[in-house]
Amino acid sequence: MSDNNDFKGYSGPALEVLKKYNAMIWSDVELITDNGSFQGLILPRSETADDLHIVLKIPVGYNIGIAAGKITDIRINGRKEAHYKIPEKAFPYDYRKPRVKLLGTGGTIASRLDYRTGAVIPAFSPGELYGSVPELADYCNLETEKLYGVFSENMAPENWIGLAEAIGKEIEKGVQGIVIGHGTDTMHHTSAILSFMVQNSPVPIVMVGSQRSSDRPSSDAALNLIHSVKTAAESDIAEIMVCMFGPTSDIYGLLHRGTRVRKMHSSYRSTFRTIGDIPIATVSREKITPLRNDYKKRRHDNNVTINAVFEEKVAIVYYYPNMHPDIIDSLIKNGYKGIIIAGTGLGHVNKPLYPALDRARQAGVAVYMTVQTLWGYVQMYVYETGRVMMDLGVIPAANMLPEVAYVKLGWALGQTNDLEKVKEIMLTPIAGEITEREPSNGYLIYQGGLPEVEEFIKLNRK
Amino acid sequence: MYDFIFKPFSEMTNEDYQKVGFKSGLEIHQQLLTGKKLFCRCPAGHYSKDFDAEILRHMRPTLSEMGVYDGTALMEFKTKKDIVYRINRNTVCTYEMDDTPPFLMNDDALDIALGIGMLFNCNIVDELHIARKQYLDGSIPTGFQRTAIYALDGWIPYKDKKVKIVQMSIEEDSCREVSDIGHNRVYKTDRLGMPLIETVTEPAMKTPDEVAEVAWICSNTVRSTHQVRRGLGAAREDVNVSVTGGTRIEIKGVPKISLIPILTYNEAMRQWNLLRLREELNRRGITSETFKAESFDITKFMKKPHYAPLKSAVEKGFRIKSVVLKGFVGLLRWQTQTDNYFSNEVSDRVRVIACLTTIPNIIHSDSKGDNIPSSDWTAIRKFSNADDNDTVVIVWGNEEDSKTAVNEIIIRAKEATIGVPSETRQGSRDGTNGFERILPGADRMYPDTDLPPMQITQQRLDNIKAGLPEKYWLRHSWYKELGIPEDTIQELSISKYASLFKKAVNEWHVNPTAAAVILIQYPKRLKKKGFNIGILDEEILSNILKLFADGKIPRDAVLSAMEKILVNGFFSDDIISTPASVDEVKKEILNSIEILNNISLRNEMNKGIILMSILMKKLRGRFPASLVAERIAFNKKGISNVG
Ligand SMILES: [Zn+2]
Repeated sequence: MSDNNDFKGYSGPALEVLKKYNAMIWSDVELITDNGSFQGLILPRSETADDLHIVLKIPVGYNIGIAAGKITDIRINGRKEAHYKIPEKAFPYDYRKPRVKLLGTGGTIASRLDYRTGAVIPAFSPGELYGSVPELADYCNLETEKLYGVFSENMAPENWIGLAEAIGKEIEKGVQGIVIGHGTDTMHHTSAILSFMVQNSPVPIVMVGSQRSSDRPSSDAALNLIHSVKTAAESDIAEIMVCMFGPTSDIYGLLHRGTRVRKMHSSYRSTFRTIGDIPIATVSREKITPLRNDYKKRRHDNNVTINAVFEEKVAIVYYYPNMHPDIIDSLIKNGYKGIIIAGTGLGHVNKPLYPALDRARQAGVAVYMTVQTLWGYVQMYVYETGRVMMDLGVIPAANMLPEVAYVKLGWALGQTNDLEKVKEIMLTPIAGEITEREPSNGYLIYQGGLPEVEEFIKLNRK
Repeated sequence: MYDFIFKPFSEMTNEDYQKVGFKSGLEIHQQLLTGKKLFCRCPAGHYSKDFDAEILRHMRPTLSEMGVYDGTALMEFKTKKDIVYRINRNTVCTYEMDDTPPFLMNDDALDIALGIGMLFNCNIVDELHIARKQYLDGSIPTGFQRTAIYALDGWIPYKDKKVKIVQMSIEEDSCREVSDIGHNRVYKTDRLGMPLIETVTEPAMKTPDEVAEVAWICSNTVRSTHQVRRGLGAAREDVNVSVTGGTRIEIKGVPKISLIPILTYNEAMRQWNLLRLREELNRRGITSETFKAESFDITKFMKKPHYAPLKSAVEKGFRIKSVVLKGFVGLLRWQTQTDNYFSNEVSDRVRVIACLTTIPNIIHSDSKGDNIPSSDWTAIRKFSNADDNDTVVIVWGNEEDSKTAVNEIIIRAKEATIGVPSETRQGSRDGTNGFERILPGADRMYPDTDLPPMQITQQRLDNIKAGLPEKYWLRHSWYKELGIPEDTIQELSISKYASLFKKAVNEWHVNPTAAAVILIQYPKRLKKKGFNIGILDEEILSNILKLFADGKIPRDAVLSAMEKILVNGFFSDDIISTPASVDEVKKEILNSIEILNNISLRNEMNKGIILMSILMKKLRGRFPASLVAERIAFNKKGISNVG
């Protein structure tokens, strides 16, 4: 790999050529080749790219790659290193505005680009954030703290625990709202576990991220951040929420309950949807509009219950036809204490798995059933097979989403090994993860192509 | 030093342009002929007015790779536009709406682009890096255009020199604007994402006509590949112009090469006149250091204006503001272009940046209109502390917009003390141009992190090269040598049958002019007659040329043979007529004379012509007309002998 910072990202033949002419990155050079010469600045190279080319930023701003093998000379004319600077301005203080704390875990709400690796470096200090999203000062006095710098997929139980504890401390200190910057891929896992670890919060706790990184002019980041800060500062909803785009247009965000939300599209801005229920509210720059009134209200005390524990030996098994019992057996053998099955239909797996489920029960593994349809309840009484499975110790987890049931089981097993107590925790609704009823507008996936749907889209899609 | 005064367009000479130091270069945008778009699999070239849904976005500036905000970016952000995209699901998918990452680049498009790069004698890069070029005007929903430089440092011949091709890039096309009113801009998205190449020439052209001529060479070269799109909007020119002491100004999106001369003339004039304006300001002692301007809220003086724009401003509760430009008296009427004045420069900025799009958006004291009673002017001048040397500009809009407008008026007026501000401008049909935006710099380029760099192999280039047409300008000069009629040279040199022509001339020894006429003029004539000449493909045309070369179709029968093919819908040997024997010709001559004798002629002098035409109806293609004429001893004086 690369030799040192002077030749960052270069290796193999390309590195050799650069070294031969002592042409370090950021050198302003003329590359002389067999077919013409090329002028520009040598840029660092992505480490995943091949080792045959040298990247040149030519004066008009474009980058091009030149084959190292055809370079006959490099003339060095100077050096010009890039200095990233997010325009930093002191975040203005206004004593009339609420205190909001932004906790960072990674993600890219405000950022600059590291073109070498393609990574996005987050802007995070209040000054940096104010420099890129000055509107934030309209809503609050912002404080920030960077807890972690991890990609969403690398968020682990230790981060959840740390985050929950940090939230507890902030509430004790008396902040009026908390915003958590988070990558979007696992945002709903974190929102679910926080819903269990942090109970009875007196203030809004709002998770936010972006689907288009903020190094892009059309990014959703700034608006999401504005929406989340407004919610934290002004809303009377004292719950764990996810605040992301409602439509793909820059119009409003949705506030989803932390236990009922799920990322439903790999790339759309409006990827987060409340499943089996409706969101708590909409939020725009101007106002927060509740869609329901059964949410927990903001209080003016500093009391909160933090119960930050997690048993890591829990797994989700996504059932598929032809699943073999060894999948379950290997979990038992590896000492797993809990299994969430995402079953078909109302909550089914095939018969060959039954003996393995029986072995799980005998080994004291807590096994819960959810549905891979995502919408709807587990119902294991309807068919004989369901009843057989319940006899084998599989417990239906109502309409908990599979990921939610997963984090809740880890959290329950973190508190006790007594499976009866675990069952009580699992089946007692804490933060809306199990609802008594599914409203008829809790399942709306419009089918494109239908005339009435097309008409609706033409009039209302934004 | 700026004592030259621009003459009307038609009177300008090359020496005049030399005096002002006219310099111009081109950026030519050309859509490529592919089935699909560049970074997604949507069909390319399907335009429609219908839309299924609308999406609303805003654009924010971001930091560039080199760590600073780009000037244009900041300006666009100041304008705070609601951008609405109309989408039709048949032509747009989630990629164009920036809800899906890009797919890998369309290989067909890249092949075409690389081929054209080679025709322009460029060095092809070894590795393609896709960049994001920021456009905060919303013309691309992502806020940037994906673009990559693939070729550098080429040339085309022009007159006795070479014009350098600085660089070529392949990029995705942008949206088409539907409207831009106030803070609301609407775009159609059908064109968005179509593959396009941009060819940049050095600013080597010294007169407006030279710019157009070089544009034609570039255009003909790309057209000779037959892999580029034709029709309105398929090729657009950005023309940059400067004069001595001026600034490189880009006129964007010129739709027709024929407009280039008048547009570049007006831009040169504008720059020259702005430099003269600076001289005048300096003469008055106004420099960027001594420049002074003040603004006032004069809404209270405008209780009941009768001037319609102000009346409606008052009705809407707008603020009305005055800007006093110290020492500027008369200068808003300073001519910049044909029928354009410095006030247009100011008004344009207010329109674009403050979003005050209803024109007129300013009035000023240098114009002797009666829009405001002179008593009001006096009051306003007094309130604004304006003396006789000052110009007062009045602008109106809501709180925010009027504030931006006042700032922009002051900024633009102050820029006059410096010279020609860097900006891009938009050409109008009348040949003048207006402000579009501040000229973006290299700072708006970002690497595209969604797509990896892509190696361009020698093998790929070799394959493309094998299919390239001969260079347009080489054909052009060869045809000249061959003596082909001027009106045919141009078309033949970009024709897809140019290589067939070469074969016909070099291998089958067809007379060059005849071959050119058969390949270019005859199909055109037949098309005019209403035939679908699509049937005349390379195979049929080469059959015809071969028959002609072998003497099986005489020259005067080629056209009717081609017509016969079009009537039949296919090629068959019966288009070859059997030659008439001398006996047959004699018989026909006697028959024809009999027919002729039954016609009463008003003028005996026409007898020969009529006889020839009767005869040739029977004998065309079967017996050479010249020999028929000889036989009837046809001459202009009539028939002297029938033998
Ligand atoms: Zn598409």
